[in-house]
Amino acid sequence: MRIAVLAGGRTPERDVSLRGGHRVVTALTQLGHNVWMVDPADVKLVEALRDRAPDLCWLALHGKEGEDGTVQRLLDLLEVPFTGTAAYECEIAFDKVLAKDALRRAGVATPDWVAIEGSALRDLGAGAALGAAAERVGLPCIVKPSRSGSALGVSSVERESDLAAAVMGALSFSEAAIIETKVLGIEVAASFVANPLDPLPLVEIVPKEGVYDYGARYTAGATDYYLPARLDPATADAVTHAAKRATAAIGSRDLARVDAIVDPGGNPYVLEVNVSPGMTETSLLPMAAHAAGLSFDRLCDRIIHAATERA
Amino acid sequence: MAEFSIDRFVDRYAARAASMTASEVRALFAVASRREVVSLAGGMPFVQALPNDEVVAVAHEVLTEMGDEALQYGGAQGLPGLRERLAMLMAEEGVVADPEDLVVTTGAQQALDLVGKIFIDPGDLIAVEAPAYVGALTAFGAYEPRYLPIEIDDDGMIVEQLEQALVRGERPKFVYTVPNFGNPAGVTMSQDRRRQLVSLCREASIPIIEDNPYGLLRFEGEPEPCLRTLDPDNVIYLGTVSKTFSPGVRVGWALAEPSVVQRLILAKEAADLCGSNLNMLITQRWFADDTRWRTALTGLVDTYRSRRDVMLEALGEHFPEDATWTHPNGGFYVWATLPAWVDSRGLLAAAVERRVAYVPGTAFYPDGRGADRLRLAFCYPTEDRIREGIARLGSLLLEEEQLYGTLRG
Repeated sequence: MRIAVLAGGRTPERDVSLRGGHRVVTALTQLGHNVWMVDPADVKLVEALRDRAPDLCWLALHGKEGEDGTVQRLLDLLEVPFTGTAAYECEIAFDKVLAKDALRRAGVATPDWVAIEGSALRDLGAGAALGAAAERVGLPCIVKPSRSGSALGVSSVERESDLAAAVMGALSFSEAAIIETKVLGIEVAASFVANPLDPLPLVEIVPKEGVYDYGARYTAGATDYYLPARLDPATADAVTHAAKRATAAIGSRDLARVDAIVDPGGNPYVLEVNVSPGMTETSLLPMAAHAAGLSFDRLCDRIIHAATERA
Repeated sequence: MAEFSIDRFVDRYAARAASMTASEVRALFAVASRREVVSLAGGMPFVQALPNDEVVAVAHEVLTEMGDEALQYGGAQGLPGLRERLAMLMAEEGVVADPEDLVVTTGAQQALDLVGKIFIDPGDLIAVEAPAYVGALTAFGAYEPRYLPIEIDDDGMIVEQLEQALVRGERPKFVYTVPNFGNPAGVTMSQDRRRQLVSLCREASIPIIEDNPYGLLRFEGEPEPCLRTLDPDNVIYLGTVSKTFSPGVRVGWALAEPSVVQRLILAKEAADLCGSNLNMLITQRWFADDTRWRTALTGLVDTYRSRRDVMLEALGEHFPEDATWTHPNGGFYVWATLPAWVDSRGLLAAAVERRVAYVPGTAFYPDGRGADRLRLAFCYPTEDRIREGIARLGSLLLEEEQLYGTLRG
């Protein structure tokens, strides 16, 4: 098969995307496909795809344009099949304001939250409501951009006086910010592959410095991972079940990673559903696949299979 | 319940490798290096200004006339002919040097690493300017020192702070400074401070590492005496041709006492046997023609001066009133201070979105400070791009200020 791997792009996750993209290119080449990489930041995507007319696009892009439905809509227009979730569903998954709403409507537990739009602050004086927001979600809370990945622009706020700076920080990455109750507990990633989505073992995440931020994610050795997660079977089932319902609420396909926290009572809270999970050497989905006895090549094969069956 | 790691060497790495981490800022630079982004971040010399024909001619001469030597290993100290040229280059700034007291290094950056290697044991205290050159912090960092940060003002390092630390009983292994047009702040140490620093360190028997990459890039005013000139016995001087000629040839050097030089040579030999003869010979020949290198350097200085002027003018026009910045008389950098609520790391994402980049101030402090500072480099972008970049950054800062105002009610 002729496969174009789309990786790179213009977002802060460019490097992560390129690293994952290169691994995918190597794996797909070993599987016998005719594979090449396309970086939308370097070439005009439409021309590049028309020139070489791939049978399938593998989407290894992250962040805006790559996983918010933009590229997916363009590929629909060009009638090129692609791996992963469809355009509209990507748009919902990528925007935490919409995604959290979709989760709640589907009855999936997610930490309580308040969304603040940058425009509401600038034009409507919503800053005055910041105190009310803090009261609603309580302290400590997590402040994050509504549309960004890899924990960029995320901060943990202990005191109300630090809230304004945290919101400013989040708004540097996105037009809106989410202020979310900080649920304390065990961080877990639930990965899925194929259609219908097949759960892979849960990965437990224990960052050595306490926060699973950008550095902890992409520095080998900065985080301890437990595979399978150190949860009793009933709790692990509950997490997998909640995560599966979260992917259904969003409408994920082919592959997905759900980030969740399990509180001390064993209750899972879904933080987000990723439609384009990282594929680097320290990424969680390939790690979970590895633990399930699925090599990176075979993981890629299953994803290709899922995408082409649909097409 | 096995602990699982994707990196099978994770338990094998040395503790010093723990400080080498991925960061958000590095991730953003992957985007910032793109064409459409005006980068005020990188301190890249404007090598396009060099007369390419002449560089080609020099390289051609070296390979045709001394190919055997150019393509061979050399001694770890560096070629004697080059060391003579470098001694002459230092004489431009009043430093008297015996070529025997020089060791040629792979850029001054390697000299920093070698200095760290021969002086720093884990846990040793070293005094650095705050802010300090980030490359020195990373080079020294590999040897696991503790830092004694000494603040700077418009006259450079505030030597009284070092003095107070010594009175408190602190004994740094050495003091590291970039006294001329420092990186990142662009400020120059005044003559009084220089004399004060030199006599303080002499009395306390603390060597000074004087790193002088920008000294010959003076736009106006009279040069201050080098620390090495004021006290040749107690100052280890680091130089480079990266700014006066080319960073691509990777030629730097250390000038020190014979005993220090011996250790540096051994450390250099252990690290990479010797520098590149080809690059050393090209550099030697480049500086052999007095008119050639002076003309090229004058051209560079004129370009940098104009770019500095444009940046300062644009800052006055576009930056918020409560921002301040330094007025460098040479070098590559302006250092801006913003209101305390600004976090220049997060702001970089919004800046890159608007197609302009800078280096957040936190990179230059060993202790996490500097979030309200930016380093703005004027050396590489054209005047138009500098104007455009500062305008983009200025409008972003004004919007941030409004946003902050509404958040503060």
